[in-house]
Amino acid sequence: MQGILKKISQINFGLLSPENIRKMSVTKIVTPDTYDEDGYPIEAGLMDPRLGVIDPGLRCRSCGSKGGDCQGHFGHINLARPVIHVGFADTIHKILRSTCSSCGRVLLTESEIIDYKDKLDAKYKNEESITALIKEIYTVARRDKCPHCDEEQEEVKIDKPVSIVEGNYKLTSSEVRERLEKIEEDDYILIGINPVVAKPEWMVLTVLPVPPVTVRPSITLETGERSEDDLTHKLVDILRINQRLKENMEAGAPQLIVEDLWELLQYHVTTYFDNEASGVPPARHRSGRPLKTLAQRLKGKEGRFRSNLSGKRVNFSARTVISPDPNISINEVGVPEMIAREVTVPVYVTDWNIEDMRKHIENGPKIHPGANYVIRPDDRKIRVYEETKDSILEKLEPGYVVERHLMDGDIVLFNRQPSLHRMSMMAHEVKVLPYKTFRLNLCVCPPYNADFDGDEMNMHVFQTEESRAEAKSLMRVQEHILSPRFGGPIIGGIHDHISGAYLLTREGSVFEEDHVLQMLKKARLPLPKRKNEGWTGKEVFSLLLPDDLNMVYRAEICRKCDECLRQDCKNDAYVVIEDGQLKTGAIDEKAYGAFSGKILDSIVKDYGTDKAREFLDSATKLAISGIMKRGFTTSTADEEIPREAKDRIEELLSMAELKVEQLIDAYHNDELEALPGRSLRETLEMKIMQVLGEARDKSGEIAESYFGMDNHAVIMALTGARGSMLNLTQIAACVGQQSVRGGRIERGYSKRTLPHFKEGELGAKASGFVHSSYKKGLDPLEFFFHAMGGREGLVDTAIRTAQSGYMQRRLVNALQDLSVQPDGTVRDNRGIVIQSKYGEDGVDPAKSDYGKVADIDRMIEEMRIKSKAAK
Amino acid sequence: MKKDILKHKLVPEHAILSKTEANKVIKQLNIHQEQLPKIKVDDPVVKEIDAKSGDILKITRRSHTAGKFITYRLVL
Ligand SMILES: [Mg+2]
Ligand SMILES: [Zn+2]
Ligand SMILES: [Zn+2]
Ligand SMILES: [Zn+2]
Repeated sequence: MQGILKKISQINFGLLSPENIRKMSVTKIVTPDTYDEDGYPIEAGLMDPRLGVIDPGLRCRSCGSKGGDCQGHFGHINLARPVIHVGFADTIHKILRSTCSSCGRVLLTESEIIDYKDKLDAKYKNEESITALIKEIYTVARRDKCPHCDEEQEEVKIDKPVSIVEGNYKLTSSEVRERLEKIEEDDYILIGINPVVAKPEWMVLTVLPVPPVTVRPSITLETGERSEDDLTHKLVDILRINQRLKENMEAGAPQLIVEDLWELLQYHVTTYFDNEASGVPPARHRSGRPLKTLAQRLKGKEGRFRSNLSGKRVNFSARTVISPDPNISINEVGVPEMIAREVTVPVYVTDWNIEDMRKHIENGPKIHPGANYVIRPDDRKIRVYEETKDSILEKLEPGYVVERHLMDGDIVLFNRQPSLHRMSMMAHEVKVLPYKTFRLNLCVCPPYNADFDGDEMNMHVFQTEESRAEAKSLMRVQEHILSPRFGGPIIGGIHDHISGAYLLTREGSVFEEDHVLQMLKKARLPLPKRKNEGWTGKEVFSLLLPDDLNMVYRAEICRKCDECLRQDCKNDAYVVIEDGQLKTGAIDEKAYGAFSGKILDSIVKDYGTDKAREFLDSATKLAISGIMKRGFTTSTADEEIPREAKDRIEELLSMAELKVEQLIDAYHNDELEALPGRSLRETLEMKIMQVLGEARDKSGEIAESYFGMDNHAVIMALTGARGSMLNLTQIAACVGQQSVRGGRIERGYSKRTLPHFKEGELGAKASGFVHSSYKKGLDPLEFFFHAMGGREGLVDTAIRTAQSGYMQRRLVNALQDLSVQPDGTVRDNRGIVIQSKYGEDGVDPAKSDYGKVADIDRMIEEMRIKSKAAK
Repeated sequence: MKKDILKHKLVPEHAILSKTEANKVIKQLNIHQEQLPKIKVDDPVVKEIDAKSGDILKITRRSHTAGKFITYRLVL
């Protein structure tokens, strides 16, 4: 069958009539068996060949097309007795409740009928929804007495899933069908049925459509055994019971037996439609596994809609664990050879590449730069095997397409979920490497939010020249160094890149020339001319900077001195670069770190992305070779403070705790004065929090005064490489107040946090103040409070990710079709103007200066330096 | 007590464009009138300045990015 293109103008939902079911059926199905002893499908059985073919070698007996082209044909089963369709049981119940049991009219008075019909007509004309109105009719039309024939009405109830009970009598399906038949066509519209496409009695089945075999293919196991689809199993059950019911009825069996079989038939038909219907035990496979019937195929995350229609699986993709590789460029990704042999790139064979392609085919599918498939000009796809290699090589000529293995330099798409922003999918150049993990440069961890504690990532191989070209110019990593979120770099140095650069460039860091050359060689940088004297680290780093770069900024290590001494800063925090020479200041996070790198930012903006990538690749390598030259390690010894400091902290904390006691005493003696707008109790809480907060900060300051820049943990904290000063002082001096819900800890036992305290105790210790430092160790009570505070943090993050994920989804759904047009307007897919100028100022935030069009102050400062240098 | 909503600090300035001005805007943006952002006739400001369906309003408002921004809306 060839595809026919037609445009859908309208969809009508209705019910299949028994006549329609028979009309579309190619055969009546009667035999509950599938295949005979020889393995041939039985005529009028569930695998009747007229229901369609799957085997591509055979022709369909109904439509004449080959297997694969034939979409299959329906059959039908004549049910011995009518059966209620589970999907419509509720509707049937509602209809019977609002119609007369004797005359079949809707239980509305004549005037109500006219009134509602008018209203419905009006809604139809205006193309409005009638559901609300129908619902109203259903509630109005519940009367004890029929307004038409004065018959008393008994209450109709539904016994889930499909039993309709009137008063105390359970209606049989036949009786239900008769009732529905009695309803006049004029009344259909009032009970929400469109007479053109449905009749209420069709909700009780007399004929069951049998889906084609293409819908329920049987699988042949390796043992040669046939395994049938769950739907086929269910249909077999239905046929068997149907057969027995028919025989018993014909033989005039007792009413009780017939009713039992009828009930059983109803059960099988119900579970055939929905095996999770409430009130019915699910039908099970011999192994005890519940059968997957019609409703189960559609429903839920693994159902047809969410799994196969909204989302699809793709070819030419790979997924594996990631690990770091500081030696590859930020633009590259290391691909395991095993993956490179599996995913392929289609290459058109031309006179110029035919020799290359020959080599690939000669290598075959097993040796690395090989080929897996060849596509002939007539679109036939041929697998490359050892045996077929020679015949393929013979025929290979321009016009063929060779699906060759992934090779160094190929462009692929690399992705880590959750793909929250556009930097979650970037194009990388392939570098085929041994072992089994994807390798990535550490600078691209921030945009992917990746670490190496077992994270996995996906790779997709582009299949057309257009996509490759587009990816290379728009999606390559280097094009995403600047984030459109804040107009600064999101890709940049992290961790040791930062501490390494600081150690290299800080004041007083001088290296022997031989060592400098070693470091440069190790970083794979071009070697400069020898000058036969020591190099300062600043001179070494300057080798990476463009010759005409001028800039001034305050480094991360700046302590915000009251009066900035600028070039003469004691901390070496005032960075001045003159004509590409780092004059003063140390390199740290503010220089080329992700999120805040000023030098990196300015190189991208002024020298382009190629230069920026080169700078980032070599700066990080230099920093690493620098840190390796010197050695860098940390341990809790870094957080050690002298006895005298510990004593001072101890004294400070006990003073604070004493003050808290005094506050509590004052509160109990009614001597505390309430702050404006606060109760006495709230005032006390605030004051205590303030006292304890100050005590913690002061203790931190004491500890900090003993920390110098020779301390590795401190270097990491101050340069922005990892950790914070708070982390260090919590380890060394005092952990501080633990909080739940933004206040001191109050919950737990009645009137106290733990049974170790008196009822109503408000002291520092009783409300979760952790006096100890991490290094000293927490006592059991402190540990418990600390766990309480820590748990809240975990719960919050879990909830926050769920909430922000849903918000993101809604936002993306609302904005996904908007685009900036060449004229600068933002429009949706209908061409409607959303903004007459993008962002109202027409500025691309990624190319802006941290969100602003330009930073005038900075530009003036740089010009000043430039003119000074020229003099 | 009825307040003049046009004087509220959160209500930007709305002005009804004349036919010629409207045509100029449409031409400048190179669009159909229907492609403009919309505003309902029963919008309080539209009622206040007595704009009619089919009018184009010029709205001058403060903007975080551009300082001052002018946008247009078609009255529905
Ligand atoms: Mg992880
Ligand atoms: Zn067919
Ligand atoms: Zn009646
Ligand atoms: Zn300073």
